[in-house]
Amino acid sequence: MISPLSLEIVVLILGIFMLLVESFSKSDDKQGLARFAIVILSALVGFSFFTTGNAGVDLSRAFYSADATALFFKRIALVTTIVVLVMALEYRTVLARFIPGVTPGAGLGEFYSLPIFTCAGLMFMASAVDFLLIFVSLELVTVSFYVLVAYMRRQSTSLEAGVKYLILGALSTGFLVYGITWIFGLTGQTNLYAISEALHTRDIARAPLLFGVMLTLVGLGFKIAAVPFQIWVPDVYQGAPTPVTAFLSVGSKAAGFVVLLRVLEPFLGLSTINTNVLTLLAILAGATLLYGNLAALPQDNLKRLFAYSSIAHAGYLLVAVASVQNSPTSFGSAGVAVGYYLVAYLLMTLLSFLVMIVVSNHSRGDDITHFNGLAKRSPFLAFGMLAAMLSLAGIPFTAGFYGKLLVFAAAIQAGKFVLVGIGVITVAAGFYYYLRVVAAMYWQEPNDDTKITLSFLSKFTIGTLTALIFIFGIFPQPIVQSLRSVPMIQTAQH
Amino acid sequence: MLNLIIFIPLLAALGILLGAPARKTALGAAIAHCALTVLAFLSYDRAAGGFQFLSSYPIAPEWKLNYLVGADGLSLLMLLLTGLVTLASIWLSPRVEKRENLFYACLLFITAGAAGAFASVDLFFFYAFHELALIPTFLLIGLWGSGERHTAAWKITIYLGMGSFILLAGLLDLYFSIPAALRTFDLRELQQLATAGNLIPGTSVASDGWLVNTWNAQARPYLLLLIGFGILISLFPFHSWAPSAYASAPTPAAMLHAGVLKKFGLYGLIRVALPLLPEGAKVWANLLLVLLVGNIIYIGFVTIAQRKLDLLLGYSSVMHMGYIFLGIAALNVVGVSGAALLMFAHGLSIAALFAMAGMLREKVPTLALESFGGLARPMPWLAFAFGLAAFASIGLPGFANFASEMTIFFGAFQPAADLSAPNFRLATIFALWGVVISAVYMLRAYRSIFMGEPAREPAGWIDPLKSRRWPITVLLAVLLLAGFAPQYFYSYLQPSIQALLPK
Repeated sequence: MISPLSLEIVVLILGIFMLLVESFSKSDDKQGLARFAIVILSALVGFSFFTTGNAGVDLSRAFYSADATALFFKRIALVTTIVVLVMALEYRTVLARFIPGVTPGAGLGEFYSLPIFTCAGLMFMASAVDFLLIFVSLELVTVSFYVLVAYMRRQSTSLEAGVKYLILGALSTGFLVYGITWIFGLTGQTNLYAISEALHTRDIARAPLLFGVMLTLVGLGFKIAAVPFQIWVPDVYQGAPTPVTAFLSVGSKAAGFVVLLRVLEPFLGLSTINTNVLTLLAILAGATLLYGNLAALPQDNLKRLFAYSSIAHAGYLLVAVASVQNSPTSFGSAGVAVGYYLVAYLLMTLLSFLVMIVVSNHSRGDDITHFNGLAKRSPFLAFGMLAAMLSLAGIPFTAGFYGKLLVFAAAIQAGKFVLVGIGVITVAAGFYYYLRVVAAMYWQEPNDDTKITLSFLSKFTIGTLTALIFIFGIFPQPIVQSLRSVPMIQTAQH
Repeated sequence: MLNLIIFIPLLAALGILLGAPARKTALGAAIAHCALTVLAFLSYDRAAGGFQFLSSYPIAPEWKLNYLVGADGLSLLMLLLTGLVTLASIWLSPRVEKRENLFYACLLFITAGAAGAFASVDLFFFYAFHELALIPTFLLIGLWGSGERHTAAWKITIYLGMGSFILLAGLLDLYFSIPAALRTFDLRELQQLATAGNLIPGTSVASDGWLVNTWNAQARPYLLLLIGFGILISLFPFHSWAPSAYASAPTPAAMLHAGVLKKFGLYGLIRVALPLLPEGAKVWANLLLVLLVGNIIYIGFVTIAQRKLDLLLGYSSVMHMGYIFLGIAALNVVGVSGAALLMFAHGLSIAALFAMAGMLREKVPTLALESFGGLARPMPWLAFAFGLAAFASIGLPGFANFASEMTIFFGAFQPAADLSAPNFRLATIFALWGVVISAVYMLRAYRSIFMGEPAREPAGWIDPLKSRRWPITVLLAVLLLAGFAPQYFYSYLQPSIQALLPK
């Protein structure tokens, strides 16, 4: 058995090591470095199954919790980073075109090492039970993203995306910190368990507490791209290098949701304010669902489409969060719904981004029309994309369907019929915009007939992700099992 | 046995996608599939009754979710329909110019989805299998369809996708209305609980409202199920996807979808909604009557106005759903068994009609009625077969359609207790006029295609080859068989439906 903290430590050491190699190595080609990182991170995923838990830790005095939720989300962070590195390798030719370098391939090393730091931040976030650690790890993630988003220095859209992300990210951090100070001011605590204790034992004014919670929600709303804090998403997603877009939409969102669940726990346990918080969440969820799905309808650029689709999926996840109830493991529990949805979201989003990178390398563009006739040019890639799209749309026997099923189940169990109604409409919208990609691939004739070649690593990753989408779309048990011991949040009894 | 019925088409489809010879594999799978459904139908032990051929595999023990298949008389009749129509449609598939393997794989996926849905005894798989057909239909219509094929493909896919999520919401609402300790996805257990009155406490209602009776706990889930299934069945006013999709779809896809897949919604109403939510059904019975009269009368008149054979058949298939709804709404054994037999009969007759329309389409792609004429002379066999299928579709005696429609009318004239008998009688009288409407459009279509002066263009009509005749002959023969000996089929249906209906 190994200490859970050692996972993060290894990731950090790996990141620093890669930076040092980048600085002192004579070779310009850093592909080996990325492959090395992929191997180490894959090993860490394996090791994460042999960690010790929280035994003997007093969580109300701790920064760091190693419960099942944390481990679950750490694995999500690690897998995401691995696939992002695979994408980065595939993307390096595009990247080299937009970076001034003395020799071709120079200056790419940081593009492989910065995601490692982001990964460490995401892993700390998964374990953070204290506002201070939450804040610090969130900043570690965000700062490394600032660099990554603006990485293509010679492309104006990438720089524009970087500036937008920087300004709005800083603003949201401000909201978060302000919210934290209000909560700290009222309870005198930053640890979430201590806050929960203080809320139950002391008489705390309701209005300022709600104000603090609301500000915190605003801050986290930026991270998970909930409406009305989604304004940065389309431009940043479109402008950023595609692997970074994938990382943003999966890693950042997963970590945002684990923090959201943890932060909400003490407040949802307090019967005086939990209905207000849940109502607020339900409004956010409804607005996010409608905006994300309806705005995705007219998009012609696939990256932009995914930006709106990422907002849409934040909406489904928020529906589950807004439907939190007292049944932690059974069918229809919000915690399982969020966990399952995020796994499905990870698989299908990363798969579609990976295919998109390969295709746009060959077609020199990432509009939907660039996918025309892909089924003829490369049946394998088309099938991978088909699986991702079906899963995103929520067709049975794909992982995405279980995600939607569990979200709808949680909402119906909690009696949120308005959200269910909105959800049904937005699912229909989703069918349209996801199947447009399918229609382009299968209905249309190809624009050019060049064969698409791809490396063994990409082929293997695409194959694995496709298989996992179907496996987890039929057998939910492995994920449900690993979520079983997740306490997640429970609301107060009325 | 049921596993083979589901997985043979599925595996064949995957094999074809991976490079097996398309038409040969598909035909082999269809023959095996059809033979197995006939075998299962014949080897069902009617004396023992209940679900037979059960087999299960645990999927998520914590949620009590199992892959569980089994069949009673009702599901076996639907499986038989699937087998017959699948074989006919794959046999009659025209030459496919482009991407033959994808074409046959899509057809087999539809078959597997339909068979899986009919054979599932687990609520989750019952739902999930049906969705297996959604994307293949999208590809089939969009790639190999005719006319406004892209519009039609989008319309059917989004309509049915949304319908199936409303259905999902209804099923989940049903599931969570059950007391927490009793929740399960196993339809047998749910049915037992419902029979014992423990499932969802809904008080019996007297029919005091004009349109909607007194609300009870079963009313909301039933309404969601009715809308969800209703969209899949093309219940008026949710029907507008159906005619254009059937008109544009390639012939085998239209046969499978109109003949088999659309019956899933009706099957679901009989299998899930009626037994588990009988009080909910009573709440909405009057509303359903209004909608189904809309199906029969309004769509009937719309059908008369059609000038193209494919649209005419599409609308007529929407119209005939009204009779089936009438039988289901009556909530008694007579009405519901009639509805079940009509599902079977309508599936066979519409598949035969679409198959023959496909043969006519080879010469006249638009299928406009005025471009035909006098075809009975060059094509005596087709004229004869089309006539029989048209008579069946109208509901003339001798065909299963007649036997089942009569049963429905008898059932609906004296509906179950708590239902408003005068309203049902009024609806039955409207439905009887529907038979006249069917006769008007079918006979007019027949006259303008096969009678009168031959049209000048195109010339050179000849009857289909013998090898392409026999699937239609089989479909018509089964229709006649069921028309002359409906009692044999009712002996399958009635015990199953007796068990489903509230005592």
